Amino acid sequence: MIKSVFYSIVFHSVMILLTVLSLPFMLREPIDLPPIVSVELIQISDKTNIPYAPKVRKIIEETKKKEERVVSEQAPPAAKAKEKPDRIPLPDEKKIERDLVKKKQNPEEIEPQIRQSSEFEKKEIVDTNQIAALIDKAKEEEAAKEKSFNKITQSSVKNSFATGLTLSEEDALRAQIFGCWSVPLGLPYDDNLLVRIKLKLKKDGTILNSEILDHERMNRPGQKFYKILAESALRAVRLCQPLKVPPTGYEKWKEMQLNFDPTEMLRG
Amino acid sequence: MKKNFLFFVILFFLTKPAFALIEVDITRGNLDPLPIAISPLHVDLKSENVDGLNIKDFGINISEIIEKNFKGTGLFNPLKKDAFVQKPDIAHLKPRFEDWRLIKAQALVTGKLLVKDNKLKVEFRLWDLTAAKEMTALAFTTTPSNWRRVAHIISDKIYERLTGEQGYFDTRIIYVAESGPKNKRIKKLAIMDQDGANTKYLTLGNELVLTPRFNPTNQMVTYLSYFRNLPRVYLLDIETGTQEVVGNFPGMTFAPRFSPDGKKIIMSFAKDGNSDIYTMDLETRVVERITENSAIDTSPSFSPDGKFISFNSDRSGLQQIYVMRSDGSNIKRITFGNGIYGTPVWSPRGDLIAFTKMRKGKFYIGVMRTDGSGERLLTENFYQEAPSWSPNGRVLMFYRETKSGPQGKGFSAKLWSIDITGYNERKVSTETDASDPSWSSLLSK
Repeated sequence: MIKSVFYSIVFHSVMILLTVLSLPFMLREPIDLPPIVSVELIQISDKTNIPYAPKVRKIIEETKKKEERVVSEQAPPAAKAKEKPDRIPLPDEKKIERDLVKKKQNPEEIEPQIRQSSEFEKKEIVDTNQIAALIDKAKEEEAAKEKSFNKITQSSVKNSFATGLTLSEEDALRAQIFGCWSVPLGLPYDDNLLVRIKLKLKKDGTILNSEILDHERMNRPGQKFYKILAESALRAVRLCQPLKVPPTGYEKWKEMQLNFDPTEMLRG
Repeated sequence: MKKNFLFFVILFFLTKPAFALIEVDITRGNLDPLPIAISPLHVDLKSENVDGLNIKDFGINISEIIEKNFKGTGLFNPLKKDAFVQKPDIAHLKPRFEDWRLIKAQALVTGKLLVKDNKLKVEFRLWDLTAAKEMTALAFTTTPSNWRRVAHIISDKIYERLTGEQGYFDTRIIYVAESGPKNKRIKKLAIMDQDGANTKYLTLGNELVLTPRFNPTNQMVTYLSYFRNLPRVYLLDIETGTQEVVGNFPGMTFAPRFSPDGKKIIMSFAKDGNSDIYTMDLETRVVERITENSAIDTSPSFSPDGKFISFNSDRSGLQQIYVMRSDGSNIKRITFGNGIYGTPVWSPRGDLIAFTKMRKGKFYIGVMRTDGSGERLLTENFYQEAPSWSPNGRVLMFYRETKSGPQGKGFSAKLWSIDITGYNERKVSTETDASDPSWSSLLSK
């Protein structure tokens, strides 16, 4: 009896641990926070002033020591860097701590402070719609559609955060493809034209295989523009070969998805 | 139990990579025109000679017309032929893609032609050089004298394949050819290919002509000319050259345009200082009054589905643009901006209305949505008006009057075209001064 209770306790605790570690929403939650905006800010300094990076890390570590462990674990490194200027000059340590705890408990309060780009405001609106859809069954389908067809935002950055490329690596890759992609100028700017291409890469960045994820849409009647865009995206990827991939971590980036969305450009 | 535990541990490690796909968003690209190589068409050695035509040069001539058409769009950058690396006949069979990529071309056009039994047979292929595959291939047979049209049709097919939109190269322009000093101007009706070639004059210039417009089949033209010193709407059959006055109105008629089905003419009829909009059925000759207002209503233009009419009117004091149903009901004013608006023309795509705007002594050509929102002024000058749409609704042609001569004396009127994005403004080459252009629909459908 005792033995089985013991097994049960061990088993359950292992299960809980596994759940906490592996469930996707647990992984995503901290990354979902608006501080992703600050990613853009760091990118520049990261690129322009690389030697500064270790210094930043030092400061982050120092501040980590000073603060509650929970806070530092929750906030992604990018968010840290962003909040750093707020924290260091403030003399009243207690006040900061209280603020931080408050932020942690009620993440919505962070948003007005950190929100900087209108893109995220749009994203927020979409999110509230989806919450509304949870309550209102009638809206559910619409919200799902909106989500899938939504103009791509920075949301995918979180994936690379969690797994693959660093910001500057991603930035280098993006800049490379920007240069190769001749956007077809005749496209209608009010259509939803998002082309997703899945790539399989070799270690040197050349392409083993490229696949358009919604390729069946290409041959559907009335999707002429989608086809043109998809072809231009494929051309861009092939022109750019070999892609500027990081020298290490091949396993992480050997498969990669590129989302080509010209709407922002065509609107001008 | 141990087995179960092991199973979950394995599951844990297996599920993790599912979140590992890296996504990168590409929201920007370059807006440079697409580099395209247009190889001269290979002329088959078995080709027969035709009197008055230099068959040997057909290959290079056709490719040059395609090149000129593409350059004019602003969307393509035809590469210089000096850099070409492969002979036309070999390239047409199977290009060496890597060689063409070296000169930075992304697309390649190849072709060959044969003249036999007084027939011209042309085939062409469009290659995607980065994907190393053929995108489209077509062949045409026609009379050799039609070689320019073949070049335009090939241009249209390539344009359509690369942009997703219909081309506009195999089209014609009808316009008013002008000559002489301003107070004694001679105006003739003229017709030419879209690229300025094959100009023909349809009237002698004895009477003043204005505002010619094509019908949907491009066989008939309606325009304004003078009959017994009164401006009247005329109808002209291009093939036979027969002219007639439209309707028997007791006053002046002007600003004619065809309905999208070509069965009616819509125009203004003025009597005692008041002008209203009328339609006339060309078969039954039944005249219908569309607007009834004491203000001046003119410049009517049908929407492509024929359900609506846009026109300009000064019923609010200043001249503004209005939209109504084709029976004259439900009149709505759509422009409220500062300035005077005129010459509304509904786009063949149905999504936009082009117009001329006058404000503070300047003239603008612009486009707006059909409800009047999203106004965009594309070009500004001292005097320009009369926009006309390309058949795919992407380009506008209009005319502009400028001072000319050595001391800025005299004046000249020329045709210009501009993309609806406001880029790529170009002068259209005409033999004489020109005004009031009207773009035909595609000749080969």
